[in-house]
Order: sequence, then structure tokens, then C-alpha cells
Amino acid sequence: MFKIIKREDVSDTVKLIEVEAPLIASSAKSGQFVVLRLKEGGERVPLTIADKDKKKGTVTIVFQVVGKSTIELASFKVGDSIKDLLGPLGKATDFAGAKNIVCVAGGVGIAEIYPEVKELHEEGKIVTTIIGARNKALLFFEEELKAVSDAMHVTTDDGSYGRKGFVSDVLKELLEKDKTIDLVVAVGPVIMMKVVSDLTKNYNVRTIVSLNPIMLDATGMCGACRVTVGGKTLFGCVDGPSFDGHQVDFGELIKRLNQFKDEEKNSAEIYKLKCRECRENGH
Amino acid sequence: MAINPKKTDMEKQTPEKRVKNFDEVALGYKEAEALTEAARCLQCKKPLCVDGCPVSINIPAFIKLVAEKKYNEAAKKIKETNSLPAVCGRVCPQEEQCEIKCIVGKKNEPVGIGRLERFVADAERESGNIEKNVVKLPEKKIAKVVIAGSGPAGLTCAGDLAMLGYDVTIYESLHATGGVLRYGIPQFRLPKEILDIEVDYLRKLGVKIIVNVLIGKTITIPELFKQGYAAVFVGAGAGLPSFLGVPGENLSGVYSANEYLTRINLMQAYKFPETDTPVRIGNKVAVVGAGNVAMDAARCSLRLGAKEVYIVYRRSEEEMPARKEEIENAVEEGVKLHILTAPVEVLGDEKTGRVKGMKVIKCKLGEPDASGRRRPVIIPGSEYVMELDTVVSAIGQSPNPLIPQSMPELKIGKWGNIVTDETTGETSVPGVYAGGDIATGAATVIAAMGAGKRAAKSMDAYIKAKLKIN
Ligand SMILES: Cc1cc2nc3c(=O)[nH]c(=O)nc-3n(C[C@H](O)[C@H](O)[C@H](O)COP(=O)(O)OP(=O)(O)OC[C@H]3O[C@@H](n4cnc5c(N)ncnc54)[C@H](O)[C@@H]3O)c2cc1C
Ligand SMILES: Cc1cc2nc3c(=O)[nH]c(=O)nc-3n(C[C@H](O)[C@H](O)[C@H](O)COP(=O)(O)OP(=O)(O)OC[C@H]3O[C@@H](n4cnc5c(N)ncnc54)[C@H](O)[C@@H]3O)c2cc1C
Ligand code: SF4
Ligand code: FES
Repeated sequence: MFKIIKREDVSDTVKLIEVEAPLIASSAKSGQFVVLRLKEGGERVPLTIADKDKKKGTVTIVFQVVGKSTIELASFKVGDSIKDLLGPLGKATDFAGAKNIVCVAGGVGIAEIYPEVKELHEEGKIVTTIIGARNKALLFFEEELKAVSDAMHVTTDDGSYGRKGFVSDVLKELLEKDKTIDLVVAVGPVIMMKVVSDLTKNYNVRTIVSLNPIMLDATGMCGACRVTVGGKTLFGCVDGPSFDGHQVDFGELIKRLNQFKDEEKNSAEIYKLKCRECRENGH
Repeated sequence: MAINPKKTDMEKQTPEKRVKNFDEVALGYKEAEALTEAARCLQCKKPLCVDGCPVSINIPAFIKLVAEKKYNEAAKKIKETNSLPAVCGRVCPQEEQCEIKCIVGKKNEPVGIGRLERFVADAERESGNIEKNVVKLPEKKIAKVVIAGSGPAGLTCAGDLAMLGYDVTIYESLHATGGVLRYGIPQFRLPKEILDIEVDYLRKLGVKIIVNVLIGKTITIPELFKQGYAAVFVGAGAGLPSFLGVPGENLSGVYSANEYLTRINLMQAYKFPETDTPVRIGNKVAVVGAGNVAMDAARCSLRLGAKEVYIVYRRSEEEMPARKEEIENAVEEGVKLHILTAPVEVLGDEKTGRVKGMKVIKCKLGEPDASGRRRPVIIPGSEYVMELDTVVSAIGQSPNPLIPQSMPELKIGKWGNIVTDETTGETSVPGVYAGGDIATGAATVIAAMGAGKRAAKSMDAYIKAKLKIN
């Protein structure tokens, strides 16, 4: 059992938890993730290690509430325990000596990119961070990221905060202006990572994306997470989750992510109904 | 009295009934049947059956104890060399191990050794004797050892080392123990309650079992040595699934058998949405391959409501690697065999990326290949399309690469297997032992257990030599 020692509402739909997991905290590197299972009968859910505290022996996870398991996790309180937590999984992101890096994040990717920005900053690299969301209410971690970035840009689709537009608009300007940018790291919705990769291809700038295929064991045992990269089938959980964005078959990834859409919807609906019932019964 | 030429039958659920449930198919001998079967054993002076048993169970001795109705004694006799008889009695390929050697089998059907083993183990469990048979071990331990992986190899090695007086910790990466016995072999062939009791028995022997630890990631083997562990046994299995290598293999609805069976068995997708992990079966399923894994996937599909289930196999029925008994069970249940047929391409819907069918081609058998089986040769122009919703790839697994990747000094072989000395389980790194599927590639439960046993023995010798104990 893994105890939750802190819980925050980062936004309406994004929550943060800090969990006791000393073994994972002591070996985690940026870009790695955990798999958790809330309780008996629960599914195995992959989530990025957004931060870790070796001394306290804890890891921080930031998640977006999208379906059954994340709705349920959002209802966990400080002091509650998660039944299973396995990690750190996947390979640490390999920045391969880049010096001038732009980190681009959208949605919950803003939390997932934090450890990478922090690591690059601590290594003395030049880091420019661009974050974006649909509107102001969905933004978070701006201060945290600013503290570890050399420059910071914020966009919202509707212009309710920062610059109106997409993260890729800002990235395009930066790539035009600064020819020494030698790496772009993109984390967020698949479509955003695709747009960023298509863009950077024109500028010939190496691009790392962090993929989020459906996973099961997340230890390389099942192949549920397979992605096509450079024409080869690779496993997202052990060969990734970071890959060369110019080589990824995003179209296939999007289709594979929809594989269980109907079942997932059904499961969330039933859960919400049950929750309403238990609330009405005063539980 | 002349010997009964036939093995005493074991009752099974009828095919019509069993395809609608996940309960065990074979129901086991009742006492009278076991006694009848035990009486068929000739109690050979030089029992050939024992030579065929990978862990050399004293077969005539345990059968004699059955005949004398001393079932608990019979269980103890088996457990001298095999700690998981309830599992082995159900899943061992006896027909190619002990029973094929049995002298009675020269003229008649061999003695039903597997069925008797199962009967004895079930009798022990049902009478509550497993608990009573737990031995009391000294408090003071010789040294600390780690077992990576809780499949049959790891469980056996752990049990033996505990009995030898070690402080044993098993680290398992999944959230549950048992390896393939849990996530691969379905409930209707091996009820998980049996596995739970066996694992519980180890706990009673003082073995610590910690799940959710992936050796090589959560903690590495060199770190374990630093923590004072004297030796490590790696029983990480052959978990890496192979895919078909044809276009369309990444369409939605194409699963590896590992994914398919893990969803169903470990994650209990058959209870979805009561449990949270889904699996989509559809009406028509093709399973490519013809080993035990393929039969299990095909039979699970039927139980989950598929209307048509096909085994697609490029050789003939004779070459099928699955146990005969399981092929018969599958066919009785309605699985259709498309033999001498090889996949060419998985066809999908452009928009959804979901499986629609599979283009296959007919084959004929040519000359024997390296494995000694006749090589399939495709017949040009014989392609046809099978309409399908789901394709399961059950064409093999290879050793799990995670631990070797985290420890470059560990020597690996051509197939990614950890290289070991077969008789001792030693690897290229002193103090690190390995056995089971991680060393041999996908094999059998009993072979994995045998490897765990041999490794336990040599780990004991290694540690004692190092600590100068004799
Ligand atoms: C390596 C990795 C790291 C991840 N890190 C984070 C993280 O830090 N924070 C976070 O909020 N999410 C992260 N995800 C995504 C997260 O795992 C899914 O959102 C989660 O599994 C959804 O579970 P659910 O039961 O709530 O929703 P489900 O009912 O399973 O799904 C609801 C919706 O989410 C989509 N979905 C399902 N699985 C995934 C998936 N793996 N990725 C994206 N969409 C999915 C479905 O198509 C569906 O539309 C990560 C995924 C991976 C593979
Ligand atoms: C579907 C199916 C049906 C089968 N049917 C039969 C049958 O009828 N008869 C028969 O004899 N054999 C059968 N087999 C084969 C048999 O199950 C295997 O040969 C046997 O289980 C191998 O045992 P093992 O202990 O080496 O590995 P496994 O059973 O694979 O166990 C390995 C364990 O190690 C864990 N692990 C892996 N990596 C790590 C790590 N880094 N750290 C910690 N833990 C780790 C895994 O999660 C797993 O639990 C079948 C196999 C399958 C897949
Ligand atoms: S070979 Fe057959 S008859 Fe002889 S001891 Fe073994 S089981 Fe009995
Ligand atoms: S999730 Fe199973 S292999 Fe990656």
C-alpha cells in the first residue's frame, strides 16, 4: 500500500498527489513513469513521475481526470492508500548533449515536462519553456516552470491569458529567430506533439516527444503499448516513452488510443452513476 | 487379474456447459477412481517413468501410498522433489515425460500418473493437511537471498532455500504472484485458488514476497548485493511477445497472446465492467499458433462469447506443440483448426484502424527444418481472406530483456536468454543464478521448477563456501 501524503486541486480537471514510495523516489529519472492500481479489480494506469523527493521518499503525480480510474483517483484523500504502485518505468529521456532547448507542453503535459525542464536547468542548459491550454482556468505550474526556465511563454487558445493561439505559433517564431536551438521537447496531447514534430522537421531540429499509448503491464510483457517509430514496431513502455518525434507514426497512435473507447465510456458512466447513488445514500 | 488396458477416465464438464463458464474443465479423480488407477501400476523395480520426470518424483512409491489410501503420505513423498504437485498434476505434459516411458504403455495405455498426482495434491489440500505439513524452521538464518520473479522457477527456488535455512525475499514486478501460472494459464485449466494456497505455503515457511518491484528498474542486482544479499536467483521468465511480422500487425484488435490472456486472467476482464480492464473479443477470432498458449487464447475467446474461433497454424495437426489433451478439449468446445495456413496480412478499416479480416495463404509440408519438424512451404496463388474481428498472435515469447539490460556484465545468448550452467544455474556473474524460461526460452512449468531446484542447491553451496560454513 502506498500512502497519499498530499493532495491538491491544480485546476478543475487536474489534480496532484504526493505518494510515499521510497524505492521509486530513490531511482526515478526525468521522463520515467509509474503504473498504479487503485484497488483490487482496478486497472493498471500509467502516470508520469512529475517530481520526486529522495529524502522524504515520495513521488508526485499530476493527473487529468478523464475516465473511470482518474475520476476515482481524484476522490482519494490525504491518508488514503493506493494498492499498487510500480516504477520507475521506461527509459529516462536522453537529451544527448543538447545546449539550447525549447520545452513545449500542453494540457497535463505541463506537469509531465516539469522534471525534464528542471533537469536541463540544473545541468546549466539554456531552456525556453512554452506552455499552453484551452483557457486560463486549465493552466497551472507557471511559477514552478518559470523558476527553472531561462524564458517562459504562455498561450491560451481563447486568449483568456498570455498570448492567444497555440504553443506551436510561439515555437515557430523562436525557431525563425534563434538558429542555435538544437532540441525541442514536446509533451502533451498527441495532436499537439504531431503538430510540433511536423513544424520542427522543416527546421531540421531534433525533437523528442513523450508518447502515451495504452498500457497494461508496462514492463515489456504484452505489447499493448506498441508504436511504430521509423517503420519499426517498438514498445512504448520499455523502449520509450520518449521517442524521436520525426519518426513516430502519430496516425496509428491515435487509432490505437481509441481501441477501447466505448468500453471506457461505459465504465466511467457506470462509476459516475454509482457515485451519485452512494452520495445520495449519504456515504 | 489382467490389467485394464485403458486409463481410468477422469470426469470433465461437458463441452456445452464449460464454454459458458471459467470453472475447471477436468474435475479430477474420485477416491474409487484413483484406487482403480493406482492398481494399474506394476511397481517396477527399475521404474522407467521416473527417468522421464524432470524432477525425478519417486512415482511408484507415491502410487503405492495411494493404493494403501495413505494420501497425506503420498503427498509428502511427491513433495520431496516437487513442491507444486497440484499445479503439475494439471498442466505438466505427462504424455511426453513420465507416462510416455511407463512400461504399461508399451502394450496398453500408460498409468495415469498425472491424474494420480493431481488427486494426491487435491486430497492433501482438501483435508487441510498442507498447513499441518509446514515444517518449523530455525529462527536464525544462514544468509539473505533474493529471488527475482515469482513464476514456478522462482517459487521453487524460494521454497528450497527457505527449507535450507535462508532468509528469502521474492521480488515480483506484477501486482500478483505466480508468473504465467497467474497471468497466462486460464482459470478453467488451473484455478487460481490452488496457486494462492501454494504461495501461502511459502509465506508460512517464512518467505517474504514483495510485489510491485521490477528488478533492474526499481532496484538493481548490484544494489541488492550492496544491501547485503548473498546471492540472487533470476526467474524472470520469457515475457517478450513476438508479433506476426506481417502488414497490419498494429491494427486495433490485434493482440499478443500475453496481452489477451493478461487482460482476461490477471486483470479479470471477463468481469468487466465490474473490474476496470476491458478486452474486446467480437464475434470472430483467429488465434495464430498452435501451442498451449494458442489453445488457451482460443478457449478463452469462446468463453467470452465469440461465435467463431479459429486456430491458424502453418503446419499440420501432428506438429502442433500444444498438449494433445488441450487440443482435443479445444476442438470439443468448437474451436476450428485452419491448419497448413499462414497469415499474409491483417486487414483493417482505414478510418478506425480496427481489424476486419486476415489474408492467409495455404501451405504444404516440405523437408524437416532445424527443429526436426517438416517445414511449411506456401502454395502460390492460394490466398484467401478470413473475416475477423480479433487476431491473437500466439507464436512465441522470448526472454525478458530488462534484467540483462540493467546489468551488462550478465552474459546473454543468441535468443536474449541469460547464459547459465545447466546443472548449477550459475551465470557469468558470481552470486547471480538464473533458471526457467529466462534461461531456456519458453518451455514448461516443470522444467522451470527443476531449474529453480538445481539453482537453490548450488546457491547453498556457493554461500556456504563463501561464509566458510560446512
Ligand atoms: C507513459 C505514460 C505517462 C502518462 N502520464 C500521465 C500523467 O502524468 N498525467 C495524466 O493525466 N495522464 C498521463 N497519462 C495518461 C493516463 O494514463 C490516462 O489518462 C489514464 O490511463 C486514463 O485512465 P481512465 O480510466 O481515467 O480513463 P479511460 O477510461 O481509460 O480513458 C478515458 C479517455 O482517455 C483516453 N486514454 C486512455 N488511456 C490513455 C492513455 N494511456 N493516454 C492518453 N489517453 C488515454 C481514452 O481514449 C479515453 O478517451 C500517461 C500515459 C502514459 C502511457
Ligand atoms: C498461456 C500459457 C500456457 C502454458 N501452458 C503450459 C502447460 O500447460 N504446461 C506447461 O508445462 N507449461 C505451460 N506453459 C509454459 C510455462 O508456463 C512456463 O514455461 C513457465 O511458467 C516458466 O516459468 P518461469 O518461472 O521461468 O517464468 P514465468 O512463469 O514467466 O514467471 C516469471 C515471473 O517473473 C516476473 N518478472 C519478470 N521480470 C521481472 C523483474 N525484472 N523483476 C521482478 N519480477 C520479474 C514476471 O512478472 C513473472 O511473474 C504455458 C505458458 C503460457 C504463456
Ligand atoms: S513405469 Fe509405469 S508401471 Fe512402472 S512404476 Fe512407473 S508408473 Fe508404475
Ligand atoms: S504495456 Fe505491456 S509491453 Fe508495454
